[in-house]
Amino acid sequence: MSRPDRTHFAPLLRVIHWTMALLVLAMLFIGVGMVSTTGPAYVSLLALHRPLGIAILLLALVRLAIRLGTGAPPLPDDLPKPQKLAAKGSHGLLYAAMIGMPLIGWAMLSAADDRVSLSPSLALPAIMPHDLMLYWWLRQAHTVIGVAFFLLILLHLAAALMHGLIRRDGVWQSMTFGKIPGKRD
Amino acid sequence: MTQRTSRNTFLPMALIGTIVVALATAFAWVAGIIGPHRQSGGDIVNALEANAGGAHAGYRRAHAKGLCFSGSFTTNGAGLALSPASMFQPGTYPVIGRFSLGGGNPLATDGRNVFHAMALRLTAPDGQEWRMAMDHTPIFPVADPAAFQALQVASTPDPKTGKPDPARMKTYLAQHPETAAFQAYIAKAPLPASFATAIYYSINAFRFTNGAGTTHLVRWQIIPEATGPDLDKNTLASLPRDALFQEMVARTAKGPSRWHLQLVVANPGDVTNNATIAWTDPHRVIDAGTLTVSAVGPEEAGQCRDLNFDPTVLPRGIAISDDPLLAARSKVYSTSFTRRAGEHPGPSAIGKDMHP
Ligand code: HEM
Ligand code: HEM
Ligand code: HEM
Repeated sequence: MSRPDRTHFAPLLRVIHWTMALLVLAMLFIGVGMVSTTGPAYVSLLALHRPLGIAILLLALVRLAIRLGTGAPPLPDDLPKPQKLAAKGSHGLLYAAMIGMPLIGWAMLSAADDRVSLSPSLALPAIMPHDLMLYWWLRQAHTVIGVAFFLLILLHLAAALMHGLIRRDGVWQSMTFGKIPGKRD
Repeated sequence: MTQRTSRNTFLPMALIGTIVVALATAFAWVAGIIGPHRQSGGDIVNALEANAGGAHAGYRRAHAKGLCFSGSFTTNGAGLALSPASMFQPGTYPVIGRFSLGGGNPLATDGRNVFHAMALRLTAPDGQEWRMAMDHTPIFPVADPAAFQALQVASTPDPKTGKPDPARMKTYLAQHPETAAFQAYIAKAPLPASFATAIYYSINAFRFTNGAGTTHLVRWQIIPEATGPDLDKNTLASLPRDALFQEMVARTAKGPSRWHLQLVVANPGDVTNNATIAWTDPHRVIDAGTLTVSAVGPEEAGQCRDLNFDPTVLPRGIAISDDPLLAARSKVYSTSFTRRAGEHPGPSAIGKDMHP
């Protein structure tokens, strides 16, 4: 999928990447924060969590389409093969989580026969039959995948900073707006 | 092009490590894993389970013993004065609900457990929903979730005597005069002999905003059309195990029961964020419609068992007030619901008697 003619990701993809980085991190904090309390924050955070999650789903789908259409710049030639695989694999997992988490949230509320409300007058239709066991599995998956998603983001962030601060090999710049070190524009 | 070969990597590595550790720490703090203790839904559900002699797998952690019902809600539109909720538009809307008694033990004897309650789900054709869980008391024993948990702990039966430890209860009551006041109320209040003759109260206040944008704080009550005798409090213990539920089954076989949904609008000066305080003086009351219960059935046959009657699921124009019980109920019902969902929901205890 990599495009040798590219030095950067498509500009719109970069904008979406950083917007979503903020949104996804916020959602993970909102998620674990709201379920930790019996205080009023539970209701207000959950009311924010649902529409924000669906917004992430829509953004991720747009992002995937742009990514498939515009491709990615090649990783540096001197990057060891396993590291290249790890980079590609983890990016695949990040996409899967960005699309999977909101779908699981939507599906689990459907299986509980709960209203998937995005605002007081707008709700999404159910995408799963009303089934408590199914609800329970999806609810567990929402927690386990949510925590795994957070750990993966930490790893991804460490790797990105490693490229930007230590290797200085242009990978950081490919997702930001800087000039690629060692390359002429 | 080899800027990267001989650089000192210590500082950048330390920076990266610090960022990662800081984010992970913030996450653990927000999740309540580290830092000061925060009351979670699990804390309260654990206290309810302990109070009921352990978890009863597959059942609600409170109001465990129940009966499903279905019927309708018919309104002439009077409620529109307070909220544009779809189920206040003149018409008839389907209802699913559940009668229950208090406590977390689904096998409890009705007479030892009398605390009539009704859960409802009203649905409008546009998908709007109104879920309610109401008790047969206008007030609640506690004002906030911390006190709720403390009361559960203090009233947990001592395994040796089978009764709550009087010393612990005394200490609790000394700190919570509102619970003592509730107990005094309960001691005097008559107990209806039928689910069909009980009033059910929202207890908590809710915020209604009408089409003109005017907001009122409202408590509601569901007033029965039927009247009937009260239970004799001296002979409660000798009531047959499922007396109250069987009565409702037999009554419904003969014909439907009806209630009126009355919206009670707060007067200036009414306390709206504390469910232990009754609204006494005369109030503006709107009869918003008639609830008809036309069929009842055991939990495994009805649709009510697998629902979470979360009182914060509200239609347009109705929102929660700043009563701290409401958010706590939403979280705790969700935790209880998730636990029982994973335990293979059980057939209702009364259901067993109903299919010999
Ligand atoms: C919070 C959630 C985040 C998600 C879900 C995420 C996701 C992704 C994905 C899927 C890619 C691959 C690009 C593609 O193929 O379309 C990517 C690339 C990248 N991300 Fe993130 N990211 C997040 C946060 C961050 C953060 C916090 C940083 C930096 C501190 C960062 C830096 C980068 C960089 C430098 C690349 C380019 C890597 C390359 O050239 O392959 N990301 N990100
Ligand atoms: C990127 C998207 C999402 C992320 C990262 C996310 C993350 C989380 C996290 C971390 C939790 C806490 C889990 C726990 O600790 O047990 C949570 C809970 C929850 N999420 Fe999401 N979520 C997302 C999307 C959604 C969506 C779209 C919905 C519904 C439409 C949803 C509904 C819920 C619900 C209902 C809970 C649990 C509330 C409870 O059990 O009391 N989530 N979410
Ligand atoms: C912080 C205070 C409260 C806590 C912690 C609490 C806890 C619970 C729990 C754990 C359940 C079982 C939920 C399920 O598994 O679906 C429940 C059910 C119920 N609660 Fe509460 N409750 C509280 C206050 C109230 C109040 C104020 C009322 C009355 C207005 C009430 C009425 C009910 C009713 C009627 C049910 C049965 C619902 C059904 O049939 O599904 N509760 N409560």
